[in-house]
Amino acid sequence: MAEESPIIVEFRGAGFEIGAAKILDDINLQIHKGEILILLGESGCGKTTTLKLVNRLIEPTTGEVTVEGRATTEWNPINLRRRIGYVLQEAGLFPHFSVAENVALVPDLENWDAAQKRERTAEMLELVGLNPQKFANRFPHELSGGQRQRVGVARALAANPELLLLDEPFGALDAITRVKLQKEFAALVKNLGKTAVFVTHDLHEAFVLGTRICLMDKGRIVLNDVPENFRQSDLPLAQAYLETISTEESLAADGHR
Amino acid sequence: MNFFQFLQQNWSELFALTREHLFLVFVSTAFAVLIGVPLGILLTRRKSLQTPILGIASILQTVPSLALFGLLIPLPFIGGIGAKTAIIALALYSFLPVIRNTVTGICGVDPKVKEAATAMGMTDGQILRQVELPLALPVILTGIRVAVVIAVGVATIAAAVGAGGLGTYIFRGLRQNDNNLLLAGAISSAVLALLADFALGQIEKIYALDVRRNKTAQRKRKFVLVGAAGLILTILTLPFLLNLKSETSNSAIANQKIRVGSKDFTESVILAEILAQNLEQRGIAIERQFELGGNLAHDALVAGRIDVYPEYTGTAYTAILKRQPLTDAAEVYRQTRREYAEKFSLNLSPPLGFSNDFAILVRGDVARKNNLRTVSEAVPLARDWQTGFGQDFMSRADGYAGFSRAYNFDFAKQPREMDLSLTYRALASGQIDLIAGNSTDGLIAALDLFQLADDKKYFPPYQAVFINRSDKSEILSETYAKLENAISTDEMRRLNYAVDGEKLTPRDAAAQWLKEKGF
Repeated sequence: MAEESPIIVEFRGAGFEIGAAKILDDINLQIHKGEILILLGESGCGKTTTLKLVNRLIEPTTGEVTVEGRATTEWNPINLRRRIGYVLQEAGLFPHFSVAENVALVPDLENWDAAQKRERTAEMLELVGLNPQKFANRFPHELSGGQRQRVGVARALAANPELLLLDEPFGALDAITRVKLQKEFAALVKNLGKTAVFVTHDLHEAFVLGTRICLMDKGRIVLNDVPENFRQSDLPLAQAYLETISTEESLAADGHR
Repeated sequence: MNFFQFLQQNWSELFALTREHLFLVFVSTAFAVLIGVPLGILLTRRKSLQTPILGIASILQTVPSLALFGLLIPLPFIGGIGAKTAIIALALYSFLPVIRNTVTGICGVDPKVKEAATAMGMTDGQILRQVELPLALPVILTGIRVAVVIAVGVATIAAAVGAGGLGTYIFRGLRQNDNNLLLAGAISSAVLALLADFALGQIEKIYALDVRRNKTAQRKRKFVLVGAAGLILTILTLPFLLNLKSETSNSAIANQKIRVGSKDFTESVILAEILAQNLEQRGIAIERQFELGGNLAHDALVAGRIDVYPEYTGTAYTAILKRQPLTDAAEVYRQTRREYAEKFSLNLSPPLGFSNDFAILVRGDVARKNNLRTVSEAVPLARDWQTGFGQDFMSRADGYAGFSRAYNFDFAKQPREMDLSLTYRALASGQIDLIAGNSTDGLIAALDLFQLADDKKYFPPYQAVFINRSDKSEILSETYAKLENAISTDEMRRLNYAVDGEKLTPRDAAAQWLKEKGF
């Protein structure tokens, strides 16, 4: 089904170098509408760099990255970023903004009127499972890690973007909270019909959330396939990842179904 | 008179000086913030500029404050004497903490938060206004607090360029050997510094992150902000409101106004007062720019910041014209007058009557015990004496080096170079044994000091005169005619003692003398 949907993001021979160091080398990748693409790999493999190329936090030094058919370098970066939701580890919430102000950030930048913002904020908080009456006026330091991450997701969704970028959003959470949020997030994205690119180093998470998994190593994509085929792969790196979850296979399968 | 009686009698002047002091500090800090914060922001955007600009700001802070004031005097527009120069100098000192803390504060914002802000599609300006500045505010406020405390201290030096403030009391206290003045100036500025530190610390606390998030603190913050803004406005506008009238009336007859300067010691201030009051009696508007240190008075006169100030022919001839000392008083006067006209187109008044020569002083009991009369008689005794001289005497052509050579002094100990007014005190208390004072100084009698006669006629004559800009010669000539040879050395010594010993203000002492003389 994913194959027939329109292409939202495309990497065409994209590379990124800092001086002589090749961080990314010849990345070719198509992301279709409605997919949850997982970028999987160890620290330093280039998965976060790949993500940042999409909303032009960085620009490719070779090749190009297109969003909705236009190269990111041709987009006005401000317009591009406001169309794309972004969630990062530890949420990156503004410590001096209340929860409501954090969620309403992009609508505020886009000059929505006050009533519209209030309504949208309440809707988003409900969506991520936070009671607006209770949480809207709190500040980030008064929340638990899981709650902060929920607010981060609400903020990313507030302006109703087509595309979401997530950089290990659940990485710093305790195991129970993480699993709960993973399940909720998977359902949420599916219901809303969003496209998402999700960076993780956790294969379990990749299986729970992903419709396709992109395994990266040393700045290259070494495997790009649906989760079912990932399980069958005889690639040594893929095998090594599969070993990490072989003991909890059944649990992962449950989450996926 | 004890300290509390002094405060009771002088509280209104102390209050006025404190207000001047605060005015200097607030205006200079405002400048430093208005320029320093944007500059700091620029440095976070252009990192390559950080090292050179922070370097310049650091170097500025190491320049001794009096030297900085001196450097500013001859500059057009920003220089001169008075509050403007002082404010610029203070602002230059305040730049470093403001710029550095702005940079540190902004660079210290969590990179995750900045990344989120960028990724949400905020423009650089929005990130700065909505994220970086609010989060860096406590650190920037700390920088401002440090700047204010530094400025309160340095502003005491501003009195040397005629900018007023509490330094006026400190300098006057040093000169007149008056602990009450010293204490009033020093304690007040210390209290100001502590109060400013405390008050700004409170504001900082309210802006600190975790307090900021709670509601009562937000209300308190508004209250404090309004209060602080009100206080600053009051302090800033008060001097203007009070000065407004005289300013406008002055500008109407600006051509007639005479700006009278003086050097930073009692006698110079008294002479300037005598001139000023006599001119005022003639209905001429006066602006007083008194107590200018070192050669500032001369620089200010040449630069056109003042119109006239009292000077001594010997000083003009050796220290300013850089000529070798002469002993003939009439010759020194004649040559100085001619060269001043040629070189600076400045005019010398007729001599006022007395000369204020260098006086080699010892304690009265030492003189009596050894039956000393002249400097030559002291030479054999002086081998083990500790001498102490003002900076001026140590450096000038007719000063220490020539003096000790002329009399064949062979001092075993290096002379102590110190503030001139402090040498009197040190001599009287026995810490040093020989100083070079001024022959008209009232303290000579008051402290039981003895002046050794200059039997080798080493010291050039220092006749008192006024020096004025040529365009004011006409208006001044009537007053000059009255004051010609009108003040004897004895009278001058009495006038000095009236101020230094009896604690009259120079203004009152001058008024009394003018009245006695029937001018």
